[in-house]
Amino acid sequence: MRTPSGNKVYAIAAEYPSAAALYEAAKRVRDAGFKRWDVHSPFPIHGMDDAMGLGKSWLSAPVLLGGITGFLTAIALTFGPSTFIYPLIVHGKPTDWRTAPAFFPIMFELTVLCAAFTCFFAMLIMNGLPRWHHPIFNWDRFSRATNDSFFLVIEARDPRFTEQEAVQLLQESGGQHITVVHED
Amino acid sequence: MNGTTTAPQVIAAEAEASVGDPLARVPLVLNKRSFSWVTERIAGVNEGPTPRWWWVAFSVSSLVAAIGLFCLGYQIAVGVGVWGLNHPVGWAWDITNFVFWIGIGHAGTLISAILFLLRQKWRTSINRAAEAMTLFAVICAAIFPGVHVGRVWMAWFLAPVPNNLGIWPNFRSPLLWDVFAVSTYFSVSVLFWYTGLIPDLATLRDRAKTKIKKLLYGIFAVGWRGSNRNWRHYEMAYLLLAGLSTPLVLSVHSVVSFDFATSVIPGWHTTIFPPYFVAGAIFGGFAMVLTLLIPARAIFKLHDVITEGHIDKMAKIILLTGMIVSYAYAMEFFIAWYSGNTFERYTFWNRIFGPYWWYWWVGMLFCNAITPHLFWFKKMRFNIYVVFFVSMCVNAGMWFERFIIIVGSLHRDFLPSSWGMFYPTWVDIWTFIGTFGIFMSLFLLFIRYLPMIAMSEIKIVLPEADPHYHTPEGHHPVQAGGHERT
Repeated sequence: MRTPSGNKVYAIAAEYPSAAALYEAAKRVRDAGFKRWDVHSPFPIHGMDDAMGLGKSWLSAPVLLGGITGFLTAIALTFGPSTFIYPLIVHGKPTDWRTAPAFFPIMFELTVLCAAFTCFFAMLIMNGLPRWHHPIFNWDRFSRATNDSFFLVIEARDPRFTEQEAVQLLQESGGQHITVVHED
Repeated sequence: MNGTTTAPQVIAAEAEASVGDPLARVPLVLNKRSFSWVTERIAGVNEGPTPRWWWVAFSVSSLVAAIGLFCLGYQIAVGVGVWGLNHPVGWAWDITNFVFWIGIGHAGTLISAILFLLRQKWRTSINRAAEAMTLFAVICAAIFPGVHVGRVWMAWFLAPVPNNLGIWPNFRSPLLWDVFAVSTYFSVSVLFWYTGLIPDLATLRDRAKTKIKKLLYGIFAVGWRGSNRNWRHYEMAYLLLAGLSTPLVLSVHSVVSFDFATSVIPGWHTTIFPPYFVAGAIFGGFAMVLTLLIPARAIFKLHDVITEGHIDKMAKIILLTGMIVSYAYAMEFFIAWYSGNTFERYTFWNRIFGPYWWYWWVGMLFCNAITPHLFWFKKMRFNIYVVFFVSMCVNAGMWFERFIIIVGSLHRDFLPSSWGMFYPTWVDIWTFIGTFGIFMSLFLLFIRYLPMIAMSEIKIVLPEADPHYHTPEGHHPVQAGGHERT
């Protein structure tokens, strides 16, 4: 979709005066059946995931895998050298599986370390970050999304998207400064 | 409403709030501030011109840091002989300083992780600065075990790296556990801190006036745009990192205490050490948080965000952990007597009446065990000078405590023929002072260039952040410039 001046349209966006207004608007957009849309706020709004029809984040799955990886790495790292490659007899104690308690601290630390790194990077990947630019930044009012204002954006690639319906929906839900945001 | 709120005002507000509703709480941010006020006030610290006091403070602390780095260089070049430690005191100020700094580094992650899981919302205004403090304290701590090995260029032997000698580290040594614990703690604390910073870096990016600032903040903000599809994963990441950091905080000082507890030195060989060390770390860490935030709050006029209520709560934590630490002190003495072990009994007798007696009387007894009891009184917790005094006492007391545990237990060996004393050299002294320079330089850079309070988290605790909040008539949030919201 293009504007008369030939710019490709990214989305139609509106600004809302408060978190409460954005929350109500999000519920209406969800109920209207849109799929490719988003809200932007300076802080996470409690209950907004439900208002947008999003489920619980599945980030815990990769983090669990990361933790298991760290735990297995620690088992290999401690038993490998201490039992097989380079057995050191300390305090006359055995070097086989019975020495496991002495390795618990390292197993714990590596589990946490790998889980934490997975958590951070999986969060970025799942969010499509880092990215250098985003079409929504073409809208000058949008710089307040990280300060004190609230935005709702319906993307043009949404299968249900028509300019008229989107504008009407945003207007009815109390959106202000309704704007066509260009792709580039 | 010029940004200052005094203790009587807070007490009055508390009383007023409890008249109609006994369960009503004092708001976490005072004077009904708006979202944009929070941004202006906190980001304004980074955006305004560099104040003159900052240059003075930074010059002094970086000079001290330079002296400390010179001492480290001298020690690496000449050898550990430039320090005062020798037989029988093989660990002295180096390990004392290590335990001291790593202990300070506990408050940050405790505030950001454990208090987060416990839903203590007041943590939002202090967690960023406390986490930064944690990182800088761990950097200072990591210097000492690094250089005390003597031949620093061999430090890589600590890492389990396959090498041509076919040698592997001893994975059953607490000293190696320490390497893993401290490096994991530092890495995870950096991740946690940076995750929290991303939305605030985006705020600074969107407000940046110069190209270079926009570029730098833009790179570190990773393209954050406050999208709820992103917040969803972000909040889960924050929760998971908090969950992972919580046992980690408790593990680090436990592992540090294993360095001592697994030895057979009287005064070290006790099972009470892990909880004792963790409580002491939180105790000392909160004291350092107060030491840094009380001046910062006054300088940047952050009284509405870091309220008297926050200081009150931190004082209570100091009181609680101080009593846990005092209990551990008492229990050590009891067990020394109850064990019937001559060496154990002598070590503790020697603590009180031996050559290092005044370290015990001043450091452990007065600073750590007695002064926190001032915080039983509300008047004292609300008196900023008393709070600052107690936190300084605790800072000093915790250093003395580690000195007593380390040097106090070593200087009287099993055989009187092996007894000795420890006298620090100028290199010992200036290396320690130098770490304060490094710590303060890093902290000053942090408050200058990064938001010292988590703006996005502060906004959540404002009443307008609730999706069911509707502005009551006549109660419009006060804007930064005194304008009504348009």
